[in-house]
Amino acid sequence: MKQAVEHSNLELVELRIPARPEWVALARLAVATVANRVHFSLEEIEDVKLAAAEACAAVIQHDRHGEFIDLTCEALENALRVRVRDSGRQGVAVAAGAPMNFDEARIAGLGIFLIRTLMDEVTYDVNPQAGTDLFMVKRLAGATDN
Amino acid sequence: MDIKVNVREAPGDCYVVDLSGEIDVYTSPKVKDAIGELIDRGVYYLVINLEKVRYIDSTGLGVLIGGLKRVREHGGSVNLVCTNPQIKKIFDITGLVKIFGIFESEDAAMKAIA
Repeated sequence: MKQAVEHSNLELVELRIPARPEWVALARLAVATVANRVHFSLEEIEDVKLAAAEACAAVIQHDRHGEFIDLTCEALENALRVRVRDSGRQGVAVAAGAPMNFDEARIAGLGIFLIRTLMDEVTYDVNPQAGTDLFMVKRLAGATDN
Repeated sequence: MDIKVNVREAPGDCYVVDLSGEIDVYTSPKVKDAIGELIDRGVYYLVINLEKVRYIDSTGLGVLIGGLKRVREHGGSVNLVCTNPQIKKIFDITGLVKIFGIFESEDAAMKAIA
């Protein structure tokens, strides 16, 4: 597992939500609140909200075995680190391999594309038994690796 | 969090779908149903007004793409009204600006259909 930014524990929020569509808004709110602590612009906050929500939506749409999504948001000095973990056998990173029809696959591809476009670093760790961990980092404009 | 959907008839066999709120994995089925019902009734020219939409994710985009795909099978079109920079940005980075007509006003979207 790649750790994109050194761990600082400056401010960390952990949230467990049911893996159901009606709870994704809460994940967005949590990410936006922590992103605000990093002093991102409103546009950057919208970016991380969308990226985190896409990760949650991918879990919900393609992981039919997990009950929860664990979201961790960490405000670092010049960056926000977000971890989205599902408890199922299929998850965010392996969505492309899940049984989907063509249209579903195309939309899932859009979600993954948005995550990769809006965030500065995206890595994932797939464990067939425990689920998928997706790590995302967004840095403040002009900031380099911490 | 919710989405409000209002459908109204416009001149020229066209319908306007006003959306207000957030379109995400939870609310997009409601939008899909509204658009699907219109198409099932034979309405193939749609203006979807996103001016009051604060947020859209890939499931929302998927609903719009699905609607466009269906109306195009009948020679129709879907024009979008979008003034929110953040929403426009999502259409830009996904390349969807190339497949949808995206307009600054409802009048412009309607004229493009006519």
